Amino acid sequence: MVSITFIQPDGAAQTVQATLGDSVMQTALNNNIEGIFAECGGAMMCATCHCYIDDKWAEKTGDKSDGEDDMLDCAETEVTDASRLTCQIKVTDALDGLVVRLPSELA
Amino acid sequence: MERVVIIGAGQGGFQAAASLRQEGFDGEILLIGDEPGHPYQRPPLSKAYLKGGTVQALSLRPDSFFETHKIDLRMGCWVRAIDRANARVEIDGEQIAYDHLIIATGARNLRPQIAGLEHAVGLRTLHDASAIKASLVNGVRVGVIGGGFIGLEFAAVARELGHSVTVAEAAPRLMARAVSEPMSARFAEKHREMGTDILLSDGVAEIDAAGFTLASGRRIDSDLTLLAAGVVPNVELAKLAGLQVDNGIVVDEMLVTSDPVISALGDCAAFPDPVTGRSIRLESVQAATDHARMIAKRIAKGADTPYRAVPWFWSDQADWKLQIAGLAGPTDTAEELADGTVLRFCGSRITAVETINNAKAHMTARKGMASGVPLTRQQFNITPAEVLV
Repeated sequence: MVSITFIQPDGAAQTVQATLGDSVMQTALNNNIEGIFAECGGAMMCATCHCYIDDKWAEKTGDKSDGEDDMLDCAETEVTDASRLTCQIKVTDALDGLVVRLPSELA
Repeated sequence: MERVVIIGAGQGGFQAAASLRQEGFDGEILLIGDEPGHPYQRPPLSKAYLKGGTVQALSLRPDSFFETHKIDLRMGCWVRAIDRANARVEIDGEQIAYDHLIIATGARNLRPQIAGLEHAVGLRTLHDASAIKASLVNGVRVGVIGGGFIGLEFAAVARELGHSVTVAEAAPRLMARAVSEPMSARFAEKHREMGTDILLSDGVAEIDAAGFTLASGRRIDSDLTLLAAGVVPNVELAKLAGLQVDNGIVVDEMLVTSDPVISALGDCAAFPDPVTGRSIRLESVQAATDHARMIAKRIAKGADTPYRAVPWFWSDQADWKLQIAGLAGPTDTAEELADGTVLRFCGSRITAVETINNAKAHMTARKGMASGVPLTRQQFNITPAEVLV
């Protein structure tokens, strides 16, 4: 089993079990994680599954997909160097223990 | 307690329920769907799902979401009538009162009067897609009637899976309603390179168990015939209830129907184009979800800003992602830039931007259009001298 911890902007953490091959976005949806809306269903047409991946996990979550930065550019939440779209991160054994931080809604 | 009843549990109906909670609505929400199971996404049905995707991956949210957010989900239910005088709907003999009603009934496949129609399958529901998926085994001959998004997405998947594929389109070019001529031509070439037979200007005359015959007399033998000739909006309930209907349930810029406590959204709604003011009806995830969010804000918080979201569309065909930002009219001109981006113009105004595998240009267009400042060629890093003629 691969466990993933989602941390809300207020610090509240939820650790859930993920299925290999699912995306981190699907994992979030399956577990009712607040802040992941995933409006386009993972087609990379929106940026409503935006999250932050800490440096120490960046290598394991892999490179961004083509166009991912362009989609992130229009996220309605703050974009940083750690920003990723959760629909583009596939759950693998290497991600056991992954920490995913969620953005605050911009006012 | 206030109660919102939502008819239709597709992408738009679901989004309306979810957004109502997100916006802080604390009344009752009843979400009624006619299909069995749970609310799911349709876009993957003609794409990833056919290529080995799972039903679970289609799900919009797990069961627990509806419990947690106190959304009363009634699937497999048909609304018989909307009783506007008493502000209630009838489902399976039960009368349910509403304070606000949202009609999100979507669209269904167009089934034109063609002899032998019963031999052609459609692709709109999970039920349709599952049946098609089961029959795509051991190299079948696939015939597709209609060269629009669904027909072509399906054709690409079937080819990738090793089946032989013929697409017959009545219009002189592919996706004629959605994209410019240069884009249609590029996709025709792409599909032909994949080994798909693309037949244009040749509508279907007759379908039978072994294939179909085109208007030209040409015969297509197929083991599986898909009819993908567009959709019609589900407006019957609204019409029966006396709401104004004209190519869709007519709503104003606040997405309210001719009855002030009834809203309509998505594929079934005809709404004023924020740019031109003309009445339009869009069949897209974007329209369904943006409509839903706006209606939810209005109901939950009394928001009174008119609808003005930028339309966008996408279609995955093999390794090409077609993206369209904005909405071109049928007579808008097209200009192809050196990098392949196609700009659509109404006079000097850029109305739509069509791209393939170019998220940057697509997002530039979407952001620019949302800002309200007219787009220019220069934003796409191309000078007129570089424009291909």
